[in-house]
Amino acid sequence: MDPNKVREDFPILKRAINDNPLIYFDNAATTQKPRQVIQAIIDFYEMHNANVHRAVHTLSLEATELHEKARDRISRFINAMDSTELIFVRGTTEAINLVAYSWGLHNLGVGDEVLLSLMEHHSNIVPWEIVSKIKGFAIKYAKVHADGTLDQEDFISKFSSKTKMACLSQVSNVSGAINDVKKIARLVHEHHALLLVDGAQSVPHMPVDVKDLDVDFLAFSGHKMLGPTGIGGLFGKKELLERMPPFQGGGEMIKEVVFGQERGRCDISWNEPPWKFEAGTPNISGGIALGEAVKYLQRIGMGEIFQHERELNEHAVKGLRECTKVRIHGPSDLSLKCGIIPFTVDGLSSHDVALYCDNYGIMIRSGYHCAQPLHQVFNLSSSARASFYIYNTRDEIDRFIEVLKEIEQL
Amino acid sequence: MSSVDDFVARIEGTCGAEKHVIVVFKYDKKDEAIARIRKNAQLKNSIAGIIFEMVFKDTSFRVYASGKAIFRSVKDKKELYDLLAALLV
Repeated sequence: MDPNKVREDFPILKRAINDNPLIYFDNAATTQKPRQVIQAIIDFYEMHNANVHRAVHTLSLEATELHEKARDRISRFINAMDSTELIFVRGTTEAINLVAYSWGLHNLGVGDEVLLSLMEHHSNIVPWEIVSKIKGFAIKYAKVHADGTLDQEDFISKFSSKTKMACLSQVSNVSGAINDVKKIARLVHEHHALLLVDGAQSVPHMPVDVKDLDVDFLAFSGHKMLGPTGIGGLFGKKELLERMPPFQGGGEMIKEVVFGQERGRCDISWNEPPWKFEAGTPNISGGIALGEAVKYLQRIGMGEIFQHERELNEHAVKGLRECTKVRIHGPSDLSLKCGIIPFTVDGLSSHDVALYCDNYGIMIRSGYHCAQPLHQVFNLSSSARASFYIYNTRDEIDRFIEVLKEIEQL
Repeated sequence: MSSVDDFVARIEGTCGAEKHVIVVFKYDKKDEAIARIRKNAQLKNSIAGIIFEMVFKDTSFRVYASGKAIFRSVKDKKELYDLLAALLV
């Protein structure tokens, strides 16, 4: 792939920040949008805007068709059995909350255990901690090695007959460490437990095949893969979704709401999955635009994207290793990681590093990156993070390293 | 007389164990804000014309030419506002 050609599709990359060309290295937080995705939103509102489902007029039928076609495309992108296994959600956070509240609230109780890891994003910790307080089940945390990779022995040792669910990120949003989800799924299923995978940092960056991996749930965010904010996906195996109760109540997720005169109450029956989990008017334009984002990624090829980011990662790490005051965290074996680099500069807070880079138009993130427990493992009060995507180039990385070398002189 | 709100667009607490505060000055007022701060506070160090290390009433902070400032040891929002009010006079 040619990133310079890709860049032509991204209007924002023509911007200058503080009189410098924009270098956007905060892709693990959110990605920029190509004009094809922006245009899909404009087209929807200019030409097809109506509410989806249950109307017979032309516009509603058009909107429904576009929305469901997008669902179909996205479900094929992750190789789900069919589109009924893909629930539209606001993003990874809502997807995990959906599973924690719908499946967790009804299947977990005192004596049960959920297994997480210390590399998880807060969105894969907090929902389980909240539901655990309601239902009384235990949570265990698998350890992480000093380089940010999962301690698989500890992960295995924490399994027991009480373990009902394991939740793990496929790629750490801090260290970029990749977990062998296929191997872990086998292990989880041997223990008759379920596996939820946080795919927020994997689905946008590498081929992800839910059938091959044999995961039970996969959560991901649209805005981290060229789509708009406020839209994402939850894959769930059909048989699980069918057995799960709704997450929220409202329109669209019901089949019937019948008022019974005798009881003075309403009898409610649920719609089929995935609509059972989509109460209220969905983010229609968001879903359609995410479909367009997926189309864009498919045109390049996920294998190509993964390779491009890996090359950028290697190039960046090589440059960073020349900096005497820069400490890189995460796996030193680059084959174990994606294009996310957490680092610190001796004597400077990560926020100063980010502010200095900002002065040169380079956007990097500083802080905990919503993964405080992993920073405890690294013994860091915060870190700076550079993360790459399809439109980033080696020249941008060279400029970034130049600026870091300046920072070292402070 | 100018108020803090005339110059400040946003105040953000940083994420991480260090409880720093970032002050973002309004884009069209940033140069004036930096000039006022440089007039009122003591300049300890200027780095590449990008970072100004300042001290004011025993509080040290950094101002960036891009129109942001980072305060490391302010107690609360009121203390920060009082400080900014005095700095931006």
